[in-house]
Amino acid sequence: MSIRLTSGGRLIDRSAPIDFTFNGKHLRGFAGDTLASALLANGQMLVGRSFKYHRPRGIVASGAEEPNALVNLGQGARAEPNQRATTTELFDGLQARSQNHWPSLEFDVGVLNNYAARLLPGGFYYKTFIHPRAAWKHLFEPIIRQTAGLGAAPKDRDADRYEQVYAFCDLLVVGGGVAGLHAALVAARAGARVWLVEQSAHWGGRAPVDGDMIDALPAADWVNATVAELAGMANVTLRARTMAAGVYDHGYVLLDERLADHTPGDGRPRHRLWRMRAARIIAATGAIERPLSFAGNDVPGVMLASALRDYLVNWAVSPGQRTVVVTNNDDAYRTAIALHQAGQTVVAVIDARDQADGALPAQARALGIRVETGKAIARVKGGKHVTGVEVCRQTGDGTISRFLACNAVAMSGGWSPVVHLYSHCGGKLIWDEAGAMFRPDAAHPPITQDGSAMVIGAGAANGALREAIADADAQVRIALKAVGIKPKKSAVPRQDLPDEAALQPVWIMPQAAGVGLRAKVWLDYQNDVKVSDVQLAAREGYGSVEHAKRYTTLGMATDQGKISNINGLAVLAEALNEPVPQVGTTTFRPPYTPVPLGALAGEARGEIFQPLRKTPMDGWHAAQGATFEPVGLWRRPYCYPRPGETPRQAVAREVKNTRQALGLLDASTLGKIIVKGPDAGRFLDMLYTNVMSSLPVGRCRYGLMCNEQGFLSDDGVMARIDDDTWLCHTTSGGADRIHGWMEDWLQCEWWDWQVFTANVTEHYAQIAVVGPNARKLLERLGGMEVSQDALPFMAWADGSLAGFGCRVYRISFSGELSYEIAVPASQGAAFWQACHDAGASLGAMPYGTEALHVMRAEKGFIMIGDETDGTVTPQDLGLDWAVSKKKADFLGKRGQERSHLTSPDRWKLVGFETLDGSVIPEGAYVIAQGSNANGQRHVQGRVTSTYRSPTLGRGIAMGLLLRGPERMGEVVSFNTVDGSTVQARVVGPVFYDRDGEKQNV
Amino acid sequence: MKRYSLFAIAREALTHHQGWERAWRSPAPKPGYDVVIIGAGGHGLATAYYLGRNHGIRNVAILEKGWLGGGNTGRNTTIIRSNYLQDPSAAIYEKSRSLYETLSQDLNFNVMFSPRGVMMLAQTHHEVRGYLRTAHANALQGVVTEFISPARVKELCPILNIDGPRYPVLGALWQPRGGTGRHDAVAWGYARACSAMGMDIIQQCEVTGVRSENGKVTGVETTKGHIGTGKLGIVVAGHSGQVAQMAGFRLPVESMALQALVSEPIKPCMDVVVMANTVHGYMSQSDKGEMVIGGGTDGFNNYTQRGSFQHIEETLRALIETFPMLSRLKMLRQWGGIVDMTGDRSPIISKTPLGNCFINCGWGTGGFKAIPGSGWAMAELIAKGEPSPLAAAFDMGRFREGRFIDESVAAGVAH
Amino acid sequence: MLLLICPYCGVAAEETELAPGGEAHLKRFGPGSSDAEFEAYLFARKNPKGVHFERWRHAYGCGKWFLAARCTATLEVFGTYPAQTSGPPDDIIDRIKARRPDWKGFA
Repeated sequence: MSIRLTSGGRLIDRSAPIDFTFNGKHLRGFAGDTLASALLANGQMLVGRSFKYHRPRGIVASGAEEPNALVNLGQGARAEPNQRATTTELFDGLQARSQNHWPSLEFDVGVLNNYAARLLPGGFYYKTFIHPRAAWKHLFEPIIRQTAGLGAAPKDRDADRYEQVYAFCDLLVVGGGVAGLHAALVAARAGARVWLVEQSAHWGGRAPVDGDMIDALPAADWVNATVAELAGMANVTLRARTMAAGVYDHGYVLLDERLADHTPGDGRPRHRLWRMRAARIIAATGAIERPLSFAGNDVPGVMLASALRDYLVNWAVSPGQRTVVVTNNDDAYRTAIALHQAGQTVVAVIDARDQADGALPAQARALGIRVETGKAIARVKGGKHVTGVEVCRQTGDGTISRFLACNAVAMSGGWSPVVHLYSHCGGKLIWDEAGAMFRPDAAHPPITQDGSAMVIGAGAANGALREAIADADAQVRIALKAVGIKPKKSAVPRQDLPDEAALQPVWIMPQAAGVGLRAKVWLDYQNDVKVSDVQLAAREGYGSVEHAKRYTTLGMATDQGKISNINGLAVLAEALNEPVPQVGTTTFRPPYTPVPLGALAGEARGEIFQPLRKTPMDGWHAAQGATFEPVGLWRRPYCYPRPGETPRQAVAREVKNTRQALGLLDASTLGKIIVKGPDAGRFLDMLYTNVMSSLPVGRCRYGLMCNEQGFLSDDGVMARIDDDTWLCHTTSGGADRIHGWMEDWLQCEWWDWQVFTANVTEHYAQIAVVGPNARKLLERLGGMEVSQDALPFMAWADGSLAGFGCRVYRISFSGELSYEIAVPASQGAAFWQACHDAGASLGAMPYGTEALHVMRAEKGFIMIGDETDGTVTPQDLGLDWAVSKKKADFLGKRGQERSHLTSPDRWKLVGFETLDGSVIPEGAYVIAQGSNANGQRHVQGRVTSTYRSPTLGRGIAMGLLLRGPERMGEVVSFNTVDGSTVQARVVGPVFYDRDGEKQNV
Repeated sequence: MKRYSLFAIAREALTHHQGWERAWRSPAPKPGYDVVIIGAGGHGLATAYYLGRNHGIRNVAILEKGWLGGGNTGRNTTIIRSNYLQDPSAAIYEKSRSLYETLSQDLNFNVMFSPRGVMMLAQTHHEVRGYLRTAHANALQGVVTEFISPARVKELCPILNIDGPRYPVLGALWQPRGGTGRHDAVAWGYARACSAMGMDIIQQCEVTGVRSENGKVTGVETTKGHIGTGKLGIVVAGHSGQVAQMAGFRLPVESMALQALVSEPIKPCMDVVVMANTVHGYMSQSDKGEMVIGGGTDGFNNYTQRGSFQHIEETLRALIETFPMLSRLKMLRQWGGIVDMTGDRSPIISKTPLGNCFINCGWGTGGFKAIPGSGWAMAELIAKGEPSPLAAAFDMGRFREGRFIDESVAAGVAH
Repeated sequence: MLLLICPYCGVAAEETELAPGGEAHLKRFGPGSSDAEFEAYLFARKNPKGVHFERWRHAYGCGKWFLAARCTATLEVFGTYPAQTSGPPDDIIDRIKARRPDWKGFA
């Protein structure tokens, strides 16, 4: 049973107890504990169940590499699944529940999978659940989905907020161990802007735990002094609890700072995501210990040797009072020595090597610790916790020589440099045979935008497990020179480390373990991947390391294989009879450890999820209870329902009133682009299908724009302001796009033409005054001549109305007498109100976008986005008159000459009138006889706009029909989704005021 | 090929699974074949499979420069649907979807086709009209879809927020028998079946040149030597331009990064696939419990198989608005692939200027759902030398004529 | 994510300030061109796995279009230059040749 020791624990504050619960049990820890150390202190080693077999799982590691200790943390709006107990700082009131078991952690029916393990090897599901076919969806998959997953899905909206901030530096040093601290110090002293980030809450990394001496000081003292010096420098930023999640191209790094995970609900953002741009990055990210692969290495109580001493030294926790240490290297002896010095029993050190002659084994022996060489663990005994180990010869097949009773096993298979950040942007690794590890290949680093190395490994992360500081010193100097900063000469701090004998790679223990044992040797604890699974993958031909990973799911769990990948690929290499470097590693991808999605989304939520563009009259619309619709990032009133009105009734009222009296529309969102210059006319003639250069000053012209394919892209009314100035209106959605289009051609193709553009959409509010009483309203506002002679149809004039300086365009999208009036945006709301006030007795009512759409449809006017879908030409829509035959060239002219666009069999614009007056359903197609070679019904047209016309009291529609204009009067059939049809007669697209008299009065 | 079954598992369990045979052979290449397919991704393997299954052509090699299924086939978000707008698209995607329905049985390999339903949310009036149009088109194309109400959307997906302040859900286009599959299994299943038919899958074999004589292809140069062939099929997605250049022609294709990500696994909370095209994001939950998330492509030519992070942020913002409970889940892993985008965002299945050389590419963001249908059509094109009705509209000549197959309404964000 | 120096305002702009614009130095063909020429103008793209010339607009900055020489396989940037040119400037060509001796040149 794991216990808290009565003294020691460099990170805990015994004067500050903390109460928390685990599975409802009330427990106590100390400030400075992680949830994992506190659980162990309370004797709770069993913390979860594995994914597939639901085997009991205990705490294995002490940091982010932990695969087992995942809990559901918190409740309600702060509930979060899959929280890693080893990196969760304990806080008062913490509530944790273990995951993936039913009914309880101790008694989980899912463990039946474990008894069926032989039937459930890696990849078994590819070989079965095939028959009967329907059973996959209705039986097998639901069961698999229910047993899968780990944590519980949160239900409520996240109560916390998240912040995102930009940051910049010359050198980003990731890792606050001695290598990172030293690199940061050298860089800082040289005057570089330095950031040093550390994922845990503490500086110093392994060195203070391992009792290292640096420049004759205990490591902890050297660390504190270095941190103090760095903290006092203005060009240094230190951030603990900050994990570098990913390196992206050109020196972009995402840093996830856990601001308030340990102080929930204190009002601060829970996480802060730093968007760092660094000229250079030093990955001083250390190394992670590997397990050894022996049968039963997953039983709770079997831990990484370094983790065990972390718990001992940092938190005064002994995971087991009787511990067996099993190793292939000298480093693990540090754990044996630490245990002994803490008064804990080391039953024996089982060393796979034939000899253990290094300084640390010697020290262990001198302390009376029993060391057995050439030995291995054949099997761990115990189900929910370790009860002992069976020892055998490493070179044998597992024949047991003796049994050692114990309740913890500290294992060490060697160390793997943490190379993730180095690898994210394509840095290559090399295999270090002596150290049995992959480390950064300095000849193939990830490169930044100028082709030089973007990320450099330093210290243990670079494979320098022992001379970490010396290596960091060399690397930081290289990095500084690369960014043009000259480091000062200084002595390299001396690390006094005991000599270590060589490690011996041991990929399976014992060497000749038979199939029965290999099926019990665990590689990936969370996903339940065994040595036998990897060997099976090799046997079945899934021999590439990526195939083996995906087939077995090795390394695909929430720990992403931090302690299992190397062991796994070494097993694969042996099975394929290839050297490890030839097998290679799988791809390293961000994030290094999982990051909350909320932190990645930041503050753009709810109302501010996206920017909202509002017109100057938006407040008035909202106060009137308008129903809004999104138009791009704008919102526009769809209609203004009165109390008791349905939207449909509101639209009908708005249409009727506009046609009979006076309607007012907020048209401010329509694009307004000024095009000016000696070549402006020539330019607009290229952009539009019409001739725009001939438009007289004071007049307006409806124009069409096509893309180079020849398809219709936008439309709008153009006004000639003066000799070299035109004002182009675009659709609301098109303003920025068309302005960009204009600038593209002017800057990149016709750059010697003298033309300037300005997007003034937001400078002017624009109000449409529409209906038989429109002129009366303008006269009532007063200030300028608006008679038929003074301001005829398709003319514009500057003037003033009701004291507001304005420009009035006599244009009509509804077919009624209509003026669009532009005033400066700051006066928009006031002018709008003035119109409503003066128009009250003239029947003034506001109308929205839907009434607008209905009225233009009644008049057969096309809408970009309804009649067009990116494949429609002006000629298709009967707009040949707007396409100049005289112009030699305009954008889209050549495209329209292509065979498919000139075919007589194109679908062309017509109107449709249902025989029964009903409304043709949105999206319906005109069916034709028979089916095509793929069995699909032939079609010959479709509806593009369909409405109930309040003006005519019946359904009206426009659409495209094969050779439509040649088929007037014909009756065609539209399909409906329920299989019936709607009959309609082909008519012209104009349903109302065919001669266009009303807009001309 | 020894059949897979529960019985086989039980039998092999007796000997600790020592007796399983290789899923596919890894032979050295022969001097020549009747057909060489370049690219052992899903599409290339499916092409080879249907050459054997439908046309009796089995003297086939599939060459792969990396490991089979290692390109986009192993990187996509596994969505299968056929609710496309244009007839040619609907035809080939529906053919593909219907082949997925029985693929596990056909291949004797569980590809885990899960027809749990795909919905595409309509969050503007314009989108509603677009999906109503698609629903009508689908009804005529024999694709079973329906436009459903917001209430029904909520019923099918309780974690979905239909009342977001910016873009309330106005309805959705629902395909009840769309869904997902296990992407690796599709590649592995086809590979095993091809190998069992005697076809050679040659991995770690990069094509470095295409040989021709009198305007017809005669073979390929590779890192494993020269391989002669009567017919050549190029099925390499993102690298189509490079191989096309070796064969002497240009393609209207650009290769860009497409990113995806998964969350940590959680207990089941979502049974359907949801695509939210207005806000650019889509999501489903895998059988392992991970939320599988994707969005739109990055915007520039990129062969690195990794993208720029702001696209991930944009996708996540969109999905957290749509599924508020996502905020406290954690991103476990993100990655990218290389998608080949054509001028109209529809694929190319076509003869090429080089005789007996055929190309299948341009699937862009829609490749996984198309694997069986694409292979079926490409096999017919290779076998007969002329495209079948499934492939005819996707010829390269459509660009010259202006005969776009424009799926802007249906394709929306990445599939 | 990319960092490109806008040659007009000098800002080292990150990708979120920029809007991509596709391949650079396309030759426009209009009326009078053959079907093949026009098709190539609209659709044929080099799409190289290697040195590539492309267009970018500093959309959330000075608004100018500029061109960039960039490797599509490693994302190394050889330089940015103004858009008012039909081919890359000599200094950029030289830099590319120095770093990529096998480069076949801008053609």
